[in-house]
Amino acid sequence: MALKIIAKNVTKVFPSPRGWIVALKDFNVEVREGEFLCIVGPSGCGKSTFLRILAGLIPPSSGEVCIIPGDRSGSKPINNIIFQEYAIFPWKTVKDNVAFGLQMRGVARNERDTIVLEWIQRVGLSKFANSYPHQLSGGMKQRVSIARAFANDPEVLLMDEPLGALDAQTRAVLQEELIRIWEADKKTVVYITHGIEEAVLLGDRIALMTAHPGTNKAFFDVNFQRPRDIKLTRTAQFGELCYSIWESLETEVRQAMEGQS
Amino acid sequence: MRIMKMNELRGIHKVFSLLILLLVWNFAFLLLDLFQSLWIAILLVDFVIIVFLLQQASLFVPPQRMSAFEKAVGVGFPIILLAAWEILVRGGILNEEWFPPPTRIMVAIWNLSMNYDQFTKTSLLGRFWLIPSILPEEGWGGLKRLFLESHVNATVMRILAGFVFGAIPGLVLGVFMGMNRIVRTMLDPVVSATYVVPKITILPLMMLIFDPFGETYQIVTVGIGVFFLVLINTMTGVRDIDPIFLEAGRNYGANRLQLFRHVIIPGALPFIFAGLRLGLGVGLVIVVAIEFLRGEKGIGYITWYYWEVMIVKNMYAGLIVIMVLGILTTFGLQRLERWVIPWQREERELPGTVQG
Repeated sequence: MALKIIAKNVTKVFPSPRGWIVALKDFNVEVREGEFLCIVGPSGCGKSTFLRILAGLIPPSSGEVCIIPGDRSGSKPINNIIFQEYAIFPWKTVKDNVAFGLQMRGVARNERDTIVLEWIQRVGLSKFANSYPHQLSGGMKQRVSIARAFANDPEVLLMDEPLGALDAQTRAVLQEELIRIWEADKKTVVYITHGIEEAVLLGDRIALMTAHPGTNKAFFDVNFQRPRDIKLTRTAQFGELCYSIWESLETEVRQAMEGQS
Repeated sequence: MRIMKMNELRGIHKVFSLLILLLVWNFAFLLLDLFQSLWIAILLVDFVIIVFLLQQASLFVPPQRMSAFEKAVGVGFPIILLAAWEILVRGGILNEEWFPPPTRIMVAIWNLSMNYDQFTKTSLLGRFWLIPSILPEEGWGGLKRLFLESHVNATVMRILAGFVFGAIPGLVLGVFMGMNRIVRTMLDPVVSATYVVPKITILPLMMLIFDPFGETYQIVTVGIGVFFLVLINTMTGVRDIDPIFLEAGRNYGANRLQLFRHVIIPGALPFIFAGLRLGLGVGLVIVVAIEFLRGEKGIGYITWYYWEVMIVKNMYAGLIVIMVLGILTTFGLQRLERWVIPWQREERELPGTVQG
């Protein structure tokens, strides 16, 4: 299939009181149209930085990123990020949070309401449409965040450890919901996580990153059949793939831990 | 079940014995005529006994009535204080000249409101008793004139005008300083240096700049006091917004104006309101201080004047009116805050909230 995202030799350096810090070094990745790519790496390897560069929130220091736009009409956005749970606006109701992207690009109120209510229903929050985030649990907040991104209908979805702040049980439930929602219309996704099992469960392909400064370590294909669900994690092939990824990642994690101490 | 009953009986028994202890303790000293010399110590022990008493009593309050019980205690205790004051004065234990009892202060407020003062040419609330005769003659204009001449109005207008003139520039500049690093680094030393000056010290300067017999210098002084508090809090509020909200705003297509309206202002509102609350308090202090010094009208003026002529109950009347003004304005601001920041309405989870 056609390429959707191309990142070539992306490098990012940050100024710090002690001089320049290299967060990301010559990182390369290509994502095909409709592919679910997971980027896995030890903490502090610059994977969130890469996502922000991809989203256009910060410029790369050198190298190139490119999201090839499709031929869609109107003002539909190229990319949207699903952040961690606290990134939905506490001062907006569930409905207004989900409507945010649509409202910003001037979608008419009637049309907006239809789309928003549909997505609120799809993530199971119909009863809470007029609640404020502080009245919701962590899992529900993250559903709002997911609905906000999908309702805005971007060409590419960027997810920055969206389930990282949740407890294990809630995370398992939301992983399945995410698979279900994504498999319905298969958008191109770049998914940042440090959970290997999560990456194998969700992704079509996994890009492994080295410890600081972050660069390419390896790629793994995940060829399990779709539609998937949590049962997949009980198979032997799943365990084997997770283990071989872990073998590759372990040295990097150890290095990252030593770097922090 | 049996054990529960036993405990309850013991509890009720405790409440009554504490009540009896309270009465015996006070009457013993009253009979021994020791109240005059030992009243502070006696009241202190009274307070401790009342605390124990209410704590025991609260054990019998069912959980769903607890908040009502707490409200009753919150309202009841001030009433007990006022009653104690009244009794101590009437009983000749507190000096009536210096501490007129609450009832007499209420009468003083009534008299100040109902009687025209020849010297200040007004009363506490204006000559509202003239309304029936002036309304047909002069219409709404006359009504306005009647209201504007009162002491309360003089003070309220100074506070409100100063508050508005200070809060709006404070808000605007605070947002700019919060958002723009260069503006902030330029202005921060100036703001920090001038902030520490007690605002009442600039009163002479204001009287040099503006007409020293007008209202402007008073309003400007109040405004400057309010300005700094709103400025500093707004700036903090804007800087305190989690950068992830700004990123989310930009990523979902908000332009500068939309970012401002949908992210920055609502994000900073809790701090802005903290600044407004503090500003209101400082505004009250400055207004009263100016009226002490220079006033010909206003609650601060009344309070000072009746201290000078030693009509102490009228001095207290001024104090009480200022207190009521403070409570009303703070309450008004609180209502405004709840209306503007609905997402903060409940601090904790409601019992009915579903967890998913």
